[in-house]
Amino acid sequence: MADAYVVGVDMIKFGRFPEKSVPQLGSEAALMALDDCGLTIQDMQALYCGNLGQASGMVGQRILQEIGQTGIPVVNVANACATGATAFREAWASVKADLYDVVLAVGVEQMGRGLLGGGGGSRGISKEGLLGSGTMPSVFAEAGMEHTRQYGTTFEQFAKVSVKNHHHSTMNPKAMYQIETPLETVMNSEMISYPNTKLMCSVNVDGSAAAVIASEKKARELGLMDRAIKVRASVLTSDPWQERDLVMPDVNTCTRKAAAAAYEMAGLGPDDIDLIELHDCFATAEILHYENLGLCEDGEAGRLIDDGEVALGGRIPVNVSGGLLSKGHPLGATGIANIYEVSTHLRGAAGQRQVEGARIGMTHVIGLGSACGIHILEKAA
Amino acid sequence: MADRPLPAVSHLKIPDDGDPYLEGCRCGSCGATFLGTRDNCSKCGARGKMQTIRLANRGELYSYCIVHRSFPGIDVPYVSAIVDLEGGGTVKGNLIDVEPDPSKIDFGMPVDVVYDDALGRRDAEGNAYLSYFFKPRT
Repeated sequence: MADAYVVGVDMIKFGRFPEKSVPQLGSEAALMALDDCGLTIQDMQALYCGNLGQASGMVGQRILQEIGQTGIPVVNVANACATGATAFREAWASVKADLYDVVLAVGVEQMGRGLLGGGGGSRGISKEGLLGSGTMPSVFAEAGMEHTRQYGTTFEQFAKVSVKNHHHSTMNPKAMYQIETPLETVMNSEMISYPNTKLMCSVNVDGSAAAVIASEKKARELGLMDRAIKVRASVLTSDPWQERDLVMPDVNTCTRKAAAAAYEMAGLGPDDIDLIELHDCFATAEILHYENLGLCEDGEAGRLIDDGEVALGGRIPVNVSGGLLSKGHPLGATGIANIYEVSTHLRGAAGQRQVEGARIGMTHVIGLGSACGIHILEKAA
Repeated sequence: MADRPLPAVSHLKIPDDGDPYLEGCRCGSCGATFLGTRDNCSKCGARGKMQTIRLANRGELYSYCIVHRSFPGIDVPYVSAIVDLEGGGTVKGNLIDVEPDPSKIDFGMPVDVVYDDALGRRDAEGNAYLSYFFKPRT
């Protein structure tokens, strides 16, 4: 099968836009991605739209009602926090399968503030705080504490992830926050669910991101190869059975499976990757994924953050965008925003936060429940 | 309104005569253990091989977090714990009778499953509920 390329990609600056509708937010990124490659909605042969909050609301069609109702097929996608990556992957697959030669993927979300999860069912009484906690900070705190149990990972090491990612965000004008947070500030901010403090939780924001994906033949015809990004691997997994997974969602096994499949598809290994945008929904989660993605041996993730290997300028920079921790995490948009970030580095256009000489990058998301999406991208030759 | 407490979750069983317990099931084909009952095994895919079992009231702490921020009306801090039961099955619940302090909580510590009123919570009809908790075994 011929390769598929990202020829246009962009994201809006993440923030809070209560005055805008979800389709309006999605339209902004869609038009920006089209402008990035000089195409129009009339050139698109299909739209894959990722959104979680209005999953039954035909958001893709409503985006077309904002920017051009051309009658193309629209697929609306929901897959928890892997929603955007899943929409991107469906778009990629349609081009790989030769159904279309140029398509649009959009991810968009409008979020409320506050704790996610922990709602439970409607029957009987609330179980939150009675049968433990189902909030996202708690679930990921428990996943982090499993790592502490196995390898002695400390609260301070988890907190250093936030110091790093918040530092990175000061160089990203599209991040929700661009604020330095020294270690003491992170560790002393409000404790939400130990070991995750408030500054170790991702930010609920509104946002959108979009990508135009084209076949190699089409990209060449359109003269877009000079800025094109080749999709070397696209993988989606669900969570295989694990003995605790019905009470303790397992974000590790599905990531390991996806990473192994992605490296195989790309014919690459972890040493070939120049930068990674991974799913730091909570600081604890980032630590787990260093090992899950093969950046180090099991048990070495704490050392990786201590030694600065995952910071900009280090061996394998992780979340130079500021990550979900400070760029923000609009659930349905996140997967495509990651594609934007990595593509921007591969194009050498990331400004102050540019990973020098970046040729190959990886994106990773986890949708709890669970779904893992991984993409490996490379600057077209 | 029921004349006695209702179970907080469906896998908590309250026999007419005898002590409450947690119900699980085990796959007759691959041996996987699940909380509650189900028709098929999600580990091996076997159909109709699930056997209902009574889960143990003894276990050990696998992982936990300490919840400091929750929804209005929920007392914090408290310990949200994941416990592996003896003989199989993993359950989540509140770990009580410990200080909510990581230096006072040990991974692998033995705990008992105890049954008590569901923190005074009532449903819309005013029914009381029985729930389960984890308590360090002394």
